[in-house]
Amino acid sequence: MRLPLLALLSRGPAHGYELKQALEKLLGSAYPQPNIGQIYVTLNRLQKSGLIEGEDVAQSTRPNKRIYRLTDAGREALALWFEEPTDEPRVRDEFFMKLALAPQTGDVDQIGLINKQRRHYLNAMRDLSKLAAAEERDNRIPQLLIEGAMLHLQADLDWLERCQEDLEEEQR
Amino acid sequence: MSREQSSREESPRAAGPSADSIVRAEGLVKTYRTEGAAPVEAVRGVDLHVERGEFVAVTGPSGAGKSTLLHLLGGLDRPDGGSLWLDGKQVDSYSEARWAVLRRKKIGIVFQFFNLVSNLTVADNVELPALLAGSTPRQARAGREELLAELGLAGKEQSMPAELSGGEQQRVALARALVNTPSVLLADEPAGSLDSKGTREVLRLLSRFHQRGQTIVLVTHDARMASAADRVISFFDGQVVDDVALQGGGGRRGGGVADVLELKG
Repeated sequence: MRLPLLALLSRGPAHGYELKQALEKLLGSAYPQPNIGQIYVTLNRLQKSGLIEGEDVAQSTRPNKRIYRLTDAGREALALWFEEPTDEPRVRDEFFMKLALAPQTGDVDQIGLINKQRRHYLNAMRDLSKLAAAEERDNRIPQLLIEGAMLHLQADLDWLERCQEDLEEEQR
Repeated sequence: MSREQSSREESPRAAGPSADSIVRAEGLVKTYRTEGAAPVEAVRGVDLHVERGEFVAVTGPSGAGKSTLLHLLGGLDRPDGGSLWLDGKQVDSYSEARWAVLRRKKIGIVFQFFNLVSNLTVADNVELPALLAGSTPRQARAGREELLAELGLAGKEQSMPAELSGGEQQRVALARALVNTPSVLLADEPAGSLDSKGTREVLRLLSRFHQRGQTIVLVTHDARMASAADRVISFFDGQVVDDVALQGGGGRRGGGVADVLELKG
């Protein structure tokens, strides 16, 4: 959450609640939103590490609110974030471990494991389709996020197929 | 066989075959024999039933035999063994002529490469099967008008297939397949040659017709498409290895996309 908040602040100063709203608007319902508490905690940390600075602004009818702005160090950290490529996604290693270790237990059927996992992915895929249908079609960022998730799942499913092919061949 | 049964026990499946099944296959076998080559067992003893109003997807790797299975269901290919009932009638011994009549009236088929008649207009492509099935010209025209409007193709009646985009051609093919209100729509990789926009469009339309009660059997290697169905059959090496009713929603922990993609930081 740290760097997305810095990125939002690069547009100009904002307070915590504004940042939460901006994030919600951008990512849509597809992405589970951080709660306001998490946002304040993160802002505090960013301030402690000197990447942003806060200033209290008095309000007539409500308590003071704290407006945050990016510092030079924050701008640098953000530039570095954009500069570096992001780590490639990790293979779903827990399922892989189950598959790899199933023969050791003697009573877990690998094909059964694959079938169970496929069902889970297909249901997840269906959920994502519904999410995509529920989200405004021209709301690009959320749609792209959902599509990304679907493509990842598709790859996981293709990989299950690959495992199945291999195991079936071995059993023959 | 035992693993197939064991994996089925816990599955939230549709009910077993009923008298009302639209498609019922028992022990279907298809082997391709070409001279000088080893015989290919494309379909190896498949039992399958599809209930009225169901939307079933058949997925699996290429070469698993899923298209062959669909061709057997549509009578485009004949099984070497097993029995097949469509809408309550046993059809596996039908002659080519009887199959042709059956396909016109009861079965709609869409393919990956549209297979429209290239020298007929869009309107004629859709009306032709209606006329062949015995509709009057007036009925054929009314059916065509309604479907083309429904599929967002109003105004394209006099276009030739080659003037349309792939997505539009597939929608014409869908109209043609549905014009005789078939008992079952068979779709063989219907988005296989479309871009992602065309794919979404086809998917949306299949879902819409399904919601109105159209029985659909969709063959696809694309899990995104398969997940639109109520039930997914995994086909592998000529056999059904899994058959599962999708619930969607409900049972899943957590929410949204976060299980699959997670923001860092």
